Formats: sequence, C-alpha cells, structure tokens
Amino acid sequence: MQTLMTKVNENMDTTGSKQPVYQTKQLNLWYGTNHALKNIDLDVMENEVTAIIGPSGCGKSTYIKTLNRMIELIPSVKTSGDIVYRDRNIFDKNYRVEELRTKVGMVFQKPNPFPKSIYDNIAYGPRTHGIKNKKVLDEIVEKSLRGAAIWDEVKDRLNSNAYGLSGGQQQRICIARCLAIEPDVILMDEPTSALDPISTLKVEELVQELKTDYSIIIVTHNMQQAARISDRTAFFLNGEVVEFDKTDKIFSTPSDKRTEDYISGRFG
Amino acid sequence: MKQINQDHVLKKMSSRLAVNHLFRALFFLATLFGLVVLAVLLYRVFTQGIGYLDLQFLQSMGSRFPEKAGIYAALIGSLWLMAVVVVVSFILAVGTAIYLEEYAKQNKINQFIKVNISNLAGVPSVVFGLLGLTIFARMFALGQSVLAAGLTMSLLILPVIIVAAQEAIRAVPRELRDASYAMGATKWQTITRVVLPAAVPGILTGSILAFSRAIGETAPLVVLGVPTILLFTPASIMDTFTALPMQIYDWTRRPQAAFHDVASAGIIILLLLLLFMNSVAVFIRNKFQNRF
Repeated sequence: MQTLMTKVNENMDTTGSKQPVYQTKQLNLWYGTNHALKNIDLDVMENEVTAIIGPSGCGKSTYIKTLNRMIELIPSVKTSGDIVYRDRNIFDKNYRVEELRTKVGMVFQKPNPFPKSIYDNIAYGPRTHGIKNKKVLDEIVEKSLRGAAIWDEVKDRLNSNAYGLSGGQQQRICIARCLAIEPDVILMDEPTSALDPISTLKVEELVQELKTDYSIIIVTHNMQQAARISDRTAFFLNGEVVEFDKTDKIFSTPSDKRTEDYISGRFG
Repeated sequence: MKQINQDHVLKKMSSRLAVNHLFRALFFLATLFGLVVLAVLLYRVFTQGIGYLDLQFLQSMGSRFPEKAGIYAALIGSLWLMAVVVVVSFILAVGTAIYLEEYAKQNKINQFIKVNISNLAGVPSVVFGLLGLTIFARMFALGQSVLAAGLTMSLLILPVIIVAAQEAIRAVPRELRDASYAMGATKWQTITRVVLPAAVPGILTGSILAFSRAIGETAPLVVLGVPTILLFTPASIMDTFTALPMQIYDWTRRPQAAFHDVASAGIIILLLLLLFMNSVAVFIRNKFQNRF
C-alpha cells in the first residue's frame, strides 16, 4: 500500500510544473476510539480540481474537514501526522485556525446561507476581517456574485433575504460568500447532493471556471460528477486512500481491484 | 386470503368515531374551565374597580380615604423596580446562557450547572425573598431600597431567562455557525453576528414573560419588608419604594369594603401593564419570526 502511494506521488511530480497546495503526510484521525482516517498521504495541486470519492463512511468528508480544521469542532477528535498547506503545517501550535480559514474557504453539503440579505451574506466574510468601507464591500459583493455566476439572477434584489432563493441559487450564494474572502483553496463537501440536476449542472460548470483562479477539492458521492469535473481523483475506502491518480486513469485503467469494483458499481 | 375483514372494520367504524368525538368534547371542556374562571375573575375585578379608575387614581399617593387613594407611588415604584430587574437579569442571564451554550466544554461540572439552573427555576419565590433579605438587605446593607428588591427579583427570574435563552441559542442551526467559522470568524464574531441575531426573538420573548412575572411577584417584597404606603416616589435606586402588588395586597387587607374596590382598580392597572408586556413579547415573536 505504502509503496504504491509513493510511486503514484512520484508519477505526479513529474507530470507538470504545478506546485502542491496541500501535502498530507501520514495523517491519522480518531473519533474517540474509532480510527476514521488511516495513514493518509495525498498531495493536492494548485489550480486543479481534486475529487474525493468513496462509499458512505469511508472518511472523505472527515478528510476535507480536516483540511480547514473544522473537524476540531467535534470534541472527541484526535489527529496525528502532518498536513502542510503552502509550506506550513496546519497543526502547528502557532498556526491560528482563523488565519488558515481565511485562505481556505468551504462550501457545505446543505446550502447554509445566513438568514440575512443576499448582500449581507456575501459581505459577511470581508466584514469579519475588518472591511467597513461601503465602496470596497460593494465591489467585493459584485465580484463574488459574478464569480459564482449568480449576479444576473440577484442583482436587483441584493437586499432581500437569501432564504427566498431556490436551493440551487442558495448554494451558489454560499459559493459567492466563500469567494468573498478571496481564498486560495476552496473545499467543497458534496456541494450538489441537495440540488436538482439543473442546479447541479450549473455548480459543476462553475467549478470548472473557478479552477483557473483557485485550487478546488471536492468530495462527491457521484462518480460521474468526479469524472466530469476533476483533474485528479482519490478513492477512499474504510479510512484509507486506495488509489490517487489522474481522473482519466482512475476511470479507465485503475490499478487497484477495489477501485475498479467501486467505479463499475459493484459495491458502495 | 385477506387478513382484514372489511365488514368487521365498517361495523367498528362508528364506535371509533364516537370515542374520537367524546375526547374532543372532554378536552374542549378542559380548555373552557380555565377560560371561564379567568372571565369571572376579570368581570368581578372590572365591575368593582372601574368606578375608582380615573386620572385622580393614577396621580394620587396612598390615603386613608378610599376616594382619595391613588396608585401613583406604587406604579412609579414598580417601574423603578423593573428598570433594575430588566438591566441586571437580562445581562446576567444572556451572559450565562452564551457561556453555557457556546463556550463551556461539555464536561460533568457544566452538565451539573445546567441541570441545577433548571432546578433553580422551580424554587419558591419566598425563598428568593429570604435570600435577598440576608444578602442584599442585610449583608450589603441595601435595606428596602429599589436596588435590593431589584437584585432579589433578578435572582428570582434569572433561571427562567437563562433557560429560555439557552433554548433559543441551541435552536440556531449548527450549519450557520459552521458557515461563519469556515470563513475565519472567531467565536465571538460568530456569536454576535450569527447566533444572537437568530436567537434574539426567543431570548426576548422568554425575558419579557419573565419580567411580567417579576412585576406581579409579591412574596419576595413582603419578606424584604418593602413598605406598602409611601407618600413619595424614589429619586434613586438607593431609595425605598413601594410596588403595585404590595399596594394591592395592602388595600385588600383594609377593613373598609370600599378599599377592596380600590384594590380592584389597582389590579386593573397591574393587568394592563402585564397585558402590554405580553403583547410586546408576541409582537417581537411575530416580527422576527425565525426563518430557518
């Protein structure tokens, strides 16, 4: 297992000049006594979409929540190993989570806009970080909403409550809210699982556009989605990375029998 | 072969429906009981008190003569009392609720504190009166001042507001907090910008209902020894005062029957005040209806 991973990683380093944004080394995570992530080694490249697939309970959501340390909100969680984000270990005592999370945005499974106006939703992050100038905020709001491809739909009702929007629109508002903190990486935890097919398509197209400016890590239980939008895919099973490679390779000639079984629908 | 015999079901149908109607009627009567008693009470109070209810009644101090007696000192005293109670209990209770729900770790000690706050809400008011007498009136030598009574009343309603505020804070969905934390907001920013705005309707509704309880409470004031008849109103929170329930209690104890009607007029004022506060609570609840 270990040797396989090293080999895969070596292959990747030779494929281009892109820098890794996240380097995970020997990550282990426990919920109490439940060993949820086992010896994870994974490098995430910048300006790429990295998909994480796997059956329910395989640890894919746990892993993505570890990348911005949201997992620590659960009291019983313990970790070992390293996650290096842009040359700094995120578990370092001097690394403040607030600082990490201004660079690493997150979009959640269920659209979770605040019960505030659309404008206030988008301006939340910048305001949190001390921006008060109305003109600057206006610009950030417009830029973020345009970035999330929802500006034209909401520009005439920025002051109405975000709860009045449809589920798909709400999720794009959440993506815009995430863009408003001008992140480096965007983590997406099954962002389309609560959406209808048309909204899903819009979000998928959006992810494709966003990768020119951001590095995106997306957890999905939908294998077709991973195949459509990602550059690299990691297959998680029982808390381990079974295989991590270019998406084309994973979906055409997987090296591991278990990956093949999963993507051909034999389990999960 | 069907397990359910349709004829049998139909035969039983009317008796099942009859039982349904019977219980509906019983529960309607149960509801009616409380309403009828309340209506009788209101009718008696209004017919007795309405004659004494005029501007003179609102503007006069207490008096030996029923027709000259007024509620001014008690009304102003109650408002002074509420001013202290509202400020002290709201700040302490919301602070406690935020600490317990947001900051405190889920350990045994905090669990114990949470359980006991709920228990405290059930302690009789006369016990709080004794506590206030010992600590505020005697130990801190505040005597029968507005401050001593206000602090005692605050203690009395503190658990009620804490529990209401805790529930309101807990009802704010976790996803909203997560969204805020994920953007790099601190806990305090998340509390002030996300949790409290969403919890405010619940907190205010619970608080106002608790305040209306404080305005009608008599026992703690009796134990503290708050006077019933005063010919002046307090000029500061260190002055002594009298309150609406004390004044009403005093009038009902007088031998002259006319004073009982004066008491009814006082009750009307107290009820109007309560009604006003409860309407504010309902208004707030409807205005800021939670949308999640």
